[in-house]
Amino acid sequence: MYGNLVVRPEDIENWGKKVEQEDPEKLAEFEARIQRGEKIEPWDWMPFEYRRQLIRMIEQHAHSEIIGALPEGTWITRAPNFRRKLALMAKVQDEVGHAQLLYSAAETLGKTREQMINDLLSGKSKYSNIFNYPAKTWADTAIIAWLVDAGAIINQTTNSRGSYGPYVRALERICWEESFHLKYGYDSVVYLATGTPQQRAMLQDALNRWWRPIMHFFGPPDTQSVHTEKLVRWKVKLATNDEMRQQFLDMYVPKIWELGLTIPDPNLRKNPETGKWEYSDPDWDEFWRVINGDGPCNKERLAVRRFAEEKGRWVREALRSPQAQYVTPLA
Amino acid sequence: MASLDPRIQRAEPELWQIPDTALAPLDHWTTYEVFLQKTRGSHAQHVGSLHAPDPEMALVLAKEQYTRRSPCVSLWVVPTACILKTTTEEEGMFHPAVDKTYREPQGYLNTRERLEKYRHRIPPSS
Repeated sequence: MYGNLVVRPEDIENWGKKVEQEDPEKLAEFEARIQRGEKIEPWDWMPFEYRRQLIRMIEQHAHSEIIGALPEGTWITRAPNFRRKLALMAKVQDEVGHAQLLYSAAETLGKTREQMINDLLSGKSKYSNIFNYPAKTWADTAIIAWLVDAGAIINQTTNSRGSYGPYVRALERICWEESFHLKYGYDSVVYLATGTPQQRAMLQDALNRWWRPIMHFFGPPDTQSVHTEKLVRWKVKLATNDEMRQQFLDMYVPKIWELGLTIPDPNLRKNPETGKWEYSDPDWDEFWRVINGDGPCNKERLAVRRFAEEKGRWVREALRSPQAQYVTPLA
Repeated sequence: MASLDPRIQRAEPELWQIPDTALAPLDHWTTYEVFLQKTRGSHAQHVGSLHAPDPEMALVLAKEQYTRRSPCVSLWVVPTACILKTTTEEEGMFHPAVDKTYREPQGYLNTRERLEKYRHRIPPSS
């Protein structure tokens, strides 16, 4: 367990293997454990593909939390009053805290925190696409805190039924904190929606700009997604992108309409026969363009992140003990 | 596009010229496990882990990370490297293979029954 290991020694025989190359007996035992509803812990045997997919997923989630704090953090200095400022600071602190919890969960699988941050800064690892859009007005922070966090809660509650112990524990804590974000966001939205005509117009404008990124939030439609049968069996993926998107629309479209706001999609409606929401194509080309680096804020987000790492380096070095050795977090 | 954040505008990011150096191992220090006692009289429980340069900083960061919303009465941190734990393979030894009812309260459920039988066989003395 000591030294700067990417992978612990016991994992190396496992490294790079395809599922078909895994020890069939161990694989069967692993799958039976998940089937019984038991969790997998970091010290258990697991197929390489499970480890790889979980690292990818939890790491992306961690990056999303830390980058996600940036668009909202922009508005701390310009919050409309002191209580809102305190609440926004608390929310942003929570998001950064979530990143810490998630980085630790991913580390238990064998990738160090430094490697994850390096991959974020080099653009190798992704984060949630929605945070590549700017928060232009105060109303944007209200829409983010309500609807983007609502999406995140659906996503995270779904994932918290997963099979990997450290991720599940982190998510339970995160969901508990997100419930404050959602209430705070809804309160901010209702405040603007019931305010002056200018406040209502500002809110409608924010909704207009955020609706498309929100529709992108759960990822490309199932028809464009790769086959994930194995990940479903391993309880890494618990619902499809479209299922989560439908759940979001079901829960939040009526609430948005209740405020008298207009959702900028004339084709949005619930089909009474299928019980499913129908909507215009939210331009998946834009989604891919932005995720691949060409969004309005991609450069700024990574520049700010790099600035923080670089300018904080001397502090971290000054504090570091020469005897320090890296150890994978326990659980 | 230019930043909409006045703080970033003031910092003139185009002049930052941040070198593109990767973080070295241990740049973010080493790991600690955090234990938290919620109320007096309860056991301290493991709540997660964190990165810190030394135990004192670990405690400061643990307070920030694990107690900022819900109160507790005491907080512990332990370097992860100091923890010795059992393995998955050893899990089996905690499941008794033989009948161990002799060491459990459930192993002594018919005591009363025996006494009752005895009492009813012998008439009470007059």
